[in-house]
Parts: sequence; structure tokens; C-alpha cells
Amino acid sequence: MKKNNFLHKHQKTLAPLLSLVLIILITASVTPGFLSIRMVDGHLFGSLLDILHRATPTALVALGMAVVIGTRGIDLSVGAVIAISGAVTAVLTVNTDWPVWVVILCALGTGMLCGLWNGILVSVFNIQPIVATLILMVAGRGIAQMITEGQIVTFHSDVLDAIGNGYFLAFPIRVWIAIGMIALTVLVMRKTALGLFIEAVGANVRASRLVGIEARLLVLSAYVFSGLCAAMSGIILAADIRGADANNAGLWLELDAILAVVLAGASLAGGRIYLLLTIVGVLIIQTLTTAILTSGLPVQYNLVVKATIILAVLLVQSPKTRQWISDFFTKKKRAANSSTGKADTGKGSEKP
Amino acid sequence: MINERNLPILATLLVFIMLYGFGMYEYKGFRDTLVFSNLLTDNAFLIITAIGMTFVILSGGIDLSVGSMIAFIGVLMAYLISNTGMHPLFAIGIALVVGVAFGAIMGVIIAFFEIQAFIVTLAGMFLFRGLAYLINLDAVPIDHPFITGLYDIYVPLPGRGGLTFIAMAMLVLLALGILIARRTRFGMSVYALGGDSHSAALLGVPVKKTIIKIYALSGFYSAMSGVIFAIYTGSAYPLAAVGVELDAIAAVVIGGTLLTGGVGYVFGTFLGGMIQGIIQTLITFDGSLNSWWTKLAVGGLLLFFILLQKGIVYWVKKRSAA
Repeated sequence: MKKNNFLHKHQKTLAPLLSLVLIILITASVTPGFLSIRMVDGHLFGSLLDILHRATPTALVALGMAVVIGTRGIDLSVGAVIAISGAVTAVLTVNTDWPVWVVILCALGTGMLCGLWNGILVSVFNIQPIVATLILMVAGRGIAQMITEGQIVTFHSDVLDAIGNGYFLAFPIRVWIAIGMIALTVLVMRKTALGLFIEAVGANVRASRLVGIEARLLVLSAYVFSGLCAAMSGIILAADIRGADANNAGLWLELDAILAVVLAGASLAGGRIYLLLTIVGVLIIQTLTTAILTSGLPVQYNLVVKATIILAVLLVQSPKTRQWISDFFTKKKRAANSSTGKADTGKGSEKP
Repeated sequence: MINERNLPILATLLVFIMLYGFGMYEYKGFRDTLVFSNLLTDNAFLIITAIGMTFVILSGGIDLSVGSMIAFIGVLMAYLISNTGMHPLFAIGIALVVGVAFGAIMGVIIAFFEIQAFIVTLAGMFLFRGLAYLINLDAVPIDHPFITGLYDIYVPLPGRGGLTFIAMAMLVLLALGILIARRTRFGMSVYALGGDSHSAALLGVPVKKTIIKIYALSGFYSAMSGVIFAIYTGSAYPLAAVGVELDAIAAVVIGGTLLTGGVGYVFGTFLGGMIQGIIQTLITFDGSLNSWWTKLAVGGLLLFFILLQKGIVYWVKKRSAA
């Protein structure tokens, strides 16, 4: 049984990576030149680079989402937070002559404030995370529209342009930002006790409290972190189009982020976080999207393909499916060993 | 004495009366029955969706696929009517069967694979929107004489108002929902499931069967809403009704249904939907406020009702402990 668990664990790590490689190979065989990367003016170009470039906003959001899901929560408001932080960036750049770093700090602060609001509702008022973050998801775009006064605010700033579309050491700057953020998060989550504590809270709140973990503060900080990540993503998205669109910025991004976390094999019931696999999940989604676009299939297949993949992954991940499969095999074995003992297959599996 | 379980719906009623009263006091035009009948017609599809959602939330689940379902059913209907020359009545029948079937499939996945309703219906949300895109990418008119005939049915009320077919269909579906919730064994099972699914199972409630029926019912109501929406707009558009799932959840919560399940009324959902409509109408009457105020007001009300629920649950627990 123990050996089996060990195998399962490795299966889990390998599955997303293999699927990513598989998707890239299939796309490469359908689309010629998909794998080619050129060097132009010291910048790398190519479809793969394009995937990295486009995946950064989702990757940042998914990073925060993974931490929140680890605490047995969910953050539906990230799309709205993206719109709000983008709006703050745009309006402050246009209406004040503050230095860019102050503007960026303000936008990040706004995101953290949104996260704090979610965190307070979840950890202090004990509201279910879906519902607590739903409030900001509904009202957030309204707030963003209030900030931009209902208009698409366009701005110009060299630093923000660089964040959106600039290059550094052959790679897009935004990819470097994402890599830095991911490295930092992995470091903090894996090299300090914080990651363990957060997973402990997600696995069992009461038990972790009994061991002396300040559960409330941890949950609160998870949401603040998610808000920070969403704000970063919002700044990048606003910088990319040099404007803030309160209605459409980050629309449906929360779904892609949740999907990436689930693809990485994390349970929505909390307790286990796979940060790097989540990024692989993001890349899978972005590769699929790009593959569908470049292969000449109509765009509308995108959603159906995505939905089918989520459902397939969910069904495979479900403990019930695994149990049925293992039941099936043990039944076979038992049938081979002795002809009796068919009775106890169904009942034992029902958990309260 | 007032039962504390009824407190949320009383609060809903109070908010409804206060908002409506404010409108009547402030604007002369608001006093006409026209405003009320327009509220019924304009919010019909939202309220119908929210009735299905009420059952889901009462059982402790959630259904995020309803908005996409509305768009999908509308596009499917338009395709059947214009491309196959089918009579609209058959098309509506097929669309409803498809809606119920998809709802039931989601229910099966939730019940038998024990995956959270939230993520299953999220996948459904993608899938239905995608299917709608596959059938048609553009907005297409539905101008069959039968459909326009339905749209034109009108029963005048005193004043300038009147009941449209859409409003009447909504009221019939509302009555049906109340009957199902209050007068059938299935309705009792839904409440029991939301209260405590483990005890419900011990009491002999067929848990899995009930869950499948709940999502099939939600599929039926959102498909019905899709039909009504198609009649209301006279067109089908794959991007229609984006975000309606959130409005529907908000209507249910503002209508006093406890989000943890087990407590609530279908009629409250009707009031919750109407309150959202009134807020929108008030903002239109004011003229100087922008449409985003609706989102803020609905978000604020949502927060208020969730905190109210929390307060009541806390108070009841404290009292029963003492």
C-alpha cells in the first residue's frame, strides 16, 4: 500500500509535465515553425516565447490562487482586483506627476487592501471563501469603473511600457518579474515553516490551531498575498495595452488560474500546494490556447477543449474513480484467488 | 414570536418595501403600475434562473453554469428554428430536454464522483459557452411569428401597466418552484440535505438521487430562462447573459436563503431578484448616476445579508448553548 502511494505521488508530478510536453510536440507537428526561436536585436522571438509572454499575468494570479487554495479557500475576486489595480495605475499615471515606483506601490497596495478585505471576511467573519470573494467579484468591477470614471484611461510611461513589453537579457521583462515572484514564493513556502503552516491550516484548521498555529492570521495573509499577485498581474496587463479597461481587464482570469491549480493536482479541499506544477498548469492552458489559435481551428473551440480537459482531469483525480479502479483490480485478484468474497466492494467506500 | 429563521426573509421584505416606497415617494412616474409590470418582465429571466439556483443553494451546493446555459439554449433554439424549419414549440421542447439532461449529467458527476459542485459547474460554464460558440458566433434574430406572437400577449392592468407573457410565465414557474419546495417529498429532501447531509442520509433521504434531481431542476430552470430570454430579446447571442450566475446567486442570498443551505424560501428569491431590478430602475430614474452603481449597491446588499445571516446563526448558537 505504501509503495502504491509513493507511485501515485510521482504520477502526480509527472502527469502535468508530460501533458505539457505532449501538447507542445503535437502542436509542433501540426504547425511548422512552432518550436523555432530566433534572435532579433538581442531579443528572443518565437511561438514558445509568445506563450511565456502571454502566460505571465495568469501565472502570477495562479501563484496567489495556489496559496489560497492551500488554505482550503478560493479567491474569485482576482479578476476584479486586476481591474482595480490597473485602474489605479492608469489614473495615477495620468492625473499625478508622482514617480512611477510610487504609482506602482499604490497599485500593489490597493491589491493588498482588496486581499485584506477578503481575508477579513473569511477569517474573522468565517464566511465561506466562495461567497466572501464573490462580493468583491461583483462589486470590484464597479469600483474599478468608479476609479476610471467609466472610461478606458490610456497613459504613457516609459517604465510601464518596459514592464508591459520590454526586454531584458533576451527575455521579456514581465517574464523576469514572474520568475522572480515564483522563485521568491517557492523559497518562502518551502524553505521556511510558513508553507507547512499554510498546508496544515488547509488540511485541518482545528488540529493546526491545537499545535499552536495562528490559523486566522495565516489565512488572512494568504488572501493578502493573492491580492498582491493579482495587482502585479493587473499592472502588467494595463502596461501591456497602455490603458485600463475596467470592464474587460482580467475577465475570466480567475477561472484559468483555478484551472491551473487543479491541473497541478492540488485538491480544492486544501492541504497541499504544488507551486511549480501550478505554473506548468498555466503553461498547459496557454499552450493550448495558442495551439488552437495557430493550428487554424476556429477560436470557439478553445472553451470546449478547455472544459473537456478540466472535466477529464477532475474525473481522473477523483478519489472515487481511483477507488473504483482499485476495487476493480482487487476484485479480479480475489476472483482469481477464491471464488467467494464479492460481497464487500460497495459499502465500505461510503464516507460520511 | 418571530422565528429567527424567518428573520432574513423579513429583512428582504423590508428592503423591498423601503426601496419601492422610496421610489414612489421620490419619483411620480414610479407610482404607476407600469413600473411594477416592467420589473416583472425585465427581471423574469434572472428570477427564473435564481429559482433553480435556490434549490441548489438550499441543498448546500452552487451552480455556476446557469449564465452559459441561458446563452446556449437561446442559440440552440435559434438554430433549430431557422436552420431546420422546426416549429418553435418543438424547438423549445428539445432545448428544455437538453438543459435538463446537461444539468443531470453535472449532478451525476457531483453525486457519484464526489467532486465539489463549484468546480464541476465551472467546467459546465466553459462547456456551454463553448457549445454556444460552436453553433453560432454571431447574434441572430429569432423572428418566427409564433415567438413574436408570444411576445405580444398582454393582459392590461389598471394604470398603464400590464402583464406580458414573459411575466406570466415567470409567475407560473415561481408558483411551481414554491410548490416543489414546500409540497413534495423531493423538496423536503432538498431542505434535509442542506441542513445536514449525513443525518439526511441516516433518515433515509436518497442523497445521490436528490443531488442529481437538484441539478437537473436547476438545468430546467436555466434552460427555461434561456427560452424566456430569447423571447424577451427576440434574438440569440452566444455572449448573452454573461455573469448572470452571480446575479442569480446574489438574488438568492438577498432573498434570505442561508448560503450554508437548509434554510430559505423560493419566494424570497423572487423578492431578491426584484430588489436588484428596483435598484437598477431607481438608478435609471435618477439619471445622474452611472450604471456601475448597480454593481456596488448589489455588492453592498450581498454583504449586508451575509453578515445578517452570520449574526443570526451566531446568536441562535449562543442562545441554544446557554
